[in-house]
Amino acid sequence: MSKSSLYPDSRFADPAEGGAKRSPQLHIGNWLGVLPFFVFSGLFLIAPTLILAYRSFEGLNGGQTLDNYRLLTSPAVINSYGMSIRISLTTAILGGLFGFLIAWAVSLGGLPRPFRTTSTTFSGVASNFAGVPLAAAFVFTLGRVGVVTALFEVFGVNLYKSGFSLYSFTGLTLVYLFFQIPLMVLVMLPALDGLKRDWLEAAENLGATPGQYWRHVALPVLMPSILGTMILLFGNSFGAHATAYALTGGLFPLATLLIGQQISGDVLHNPGLGYAVAMGMVIIMAFSILIYSILQRRSERWLG
Amino acid sequence: MTISTGPPITAKTPAAEAPPKGNRLWAWLIFLMGALYFMLPLAATFYWSLRAEKGRFGFEAYRRLFADANFMPAFSESIVNAIAAIFLSLLIIVPTAYWVRLRMPRLRPVVEFITLLPFVIPAVVLVFGIIRLYSRPPLLLTATYDSSRVLLVCVYAALSFPYMFRSVDNGLRAIDVRALTEAAQSLGANWITILREVIFPNLRVATLSGALLTFAIVLGELTIALYMAQKTLGPYMANLTRSKVYEPSAMAIVAFAITWVAMGMIAYISRERKQP
Repeated sequence: MSKSSLYPDSRFADPAEGGAKRSPQLHIGNWLGVLPFFVFSGLFLIAPTLILAYRSFEGLNGGQTLDNYRLLTSPAVINSYGMSIRISLTTAILGGLFGFLIAWAVSLGGLPRPFRTTSTTFSGVASNFAGVPLAAAFVFTLGRVGVVTALFEVFGVNLYKSGFSLYSFTGLTLVYLFFQIPLMVLVMLPALDGLKRDWLEAAENLGATPGQYWRHVALPVLMPSILGTMILLFGNSFGAHATAYALTGGLFPLATLLIGQQISGDVLHNPGLGYAVAMGMVIIMAFSILIYSILQRRSERWLG
Repeated sequence: MTISTGPPITAKTPAAEAPPKGNRLWAWLIFLMGALYFMLPLAATFYWSLRAEKGRFGFEAYRRLFADANFMPAFSESIVNAIAAIFLSLLIIVPTAYWVRLRMPRLRPVVEFITLLPFVIPAVVLVFGIIRLYSRPPLLLTATYDSSRVLLVCVYAALSFPYMFRSVDNGLRAIDVRALTEAAQSLGANWITILREVIFPNLRVATLSGALLTFAIVLGELTIALYMAQKTLGPYMANLTRSKVYEPSAMAIVAFAITWVAMGMIAYISRERKQP
């Protein structure tokens, strides 16, 4: 900020524009600089979403209607949304918990330094390892002929006969945690680094036990960041499509899979309903990202 | 789309004192449990990938994967798409971030908000919006395979905005944009020249992490390519897992290795940059 007062804007003006600061010409020139970005975002992010929003109010035979939104309360839709929300909540809470613990272990837990660098890079890899390869890896591990399934067999436990399935709520939760935990680790590590040593020393000087320090100082400071990231994880899992599609062939009750079935499926085909389901997802995602950014801003007050 | 992050620039504060013994025991326990969960699927997949030949371990599954007539075309098509998307994204994001920093700081929240849209609009939603918008005149782009492919690259470029904007903006923060601009202008450079000769070269390292992250995400992308009927790596891999027994394991290992190389390079770059 101080810099801009040192260097008045006119000195940077395009010579072709005459360097007049307040001329309308320059003003238009300013907007021209960001125009490509707005046009491109409009064409490939905003307009496609808006057209879906518009079409979601259109009936099967044309004409404006709220039918598609009424259908959102049908059992199939409720079932899919319910499963999506259950999986997202579970993987956000478990991913948040385990991710926090792992971040704590490699940063403050006193493990040798290389563990931290390795965990960081590995988290970067694993949080990006979603989709077909991830689904395949779990099929080879916990599928019907997976290695771990076979290991259980050796000890006399048949996983699939005792009710486990990779293609179920439990299975999908296990798979999603593979990218959820690392995302939590990646966001929590810098937050844990932001805890100031002085705070611990001040607490100790006042006679606080480690437990009291965590309960009354560290956790309250970290809480916005922890909660915010868990909401981010919720959205991350809620919008995930590729992994579930690859694992179940698109035949599992999930909101993202339902959209595909309704819009491009052969059996269930009601694009309008698909668009309405899609709009519901966008609204839920927008809420979770909004809360995440509010909480993240709040945590920067202490940890920034 | 799934939210992704590169490895962050690592911390400045190593634990100054050794923490209590009890803590360290817990830390080891947690770490080992985590390692077990993350290593098992990779180990199991690797084990399967070595078993394609009856009775002995070998790399037969990998040989078959690379020998598959459909693999290399899909793989190279995805690589070309990814590189095209990266360049397109850079071409849009670098001037925008530069301009916002130099001239329109008040526009920053709006630009930041728009770059975050790919996190708000799930890929499966976006692709149907794209199809709906571009499948009829006046914006008919899905008529041929190649025009669909151009459309796909544009969507991928838009999906890279969150990563690209952040890394470019971080890079701009590290250089004195105003002084560089003024210096270039006093030598008579116009805006295009400044961007091409001054700003882009100075951001080479910073943009690399955004570019690598984009590459890792776009290369095996399934959802958008699938519904746009593109013969890229994602749909190929999904098809492979349905039709073959051993090849998918080799493919998963290869995909993991590629992601690892991309992320390792990001970590290496950010570590190098910290050391003056």
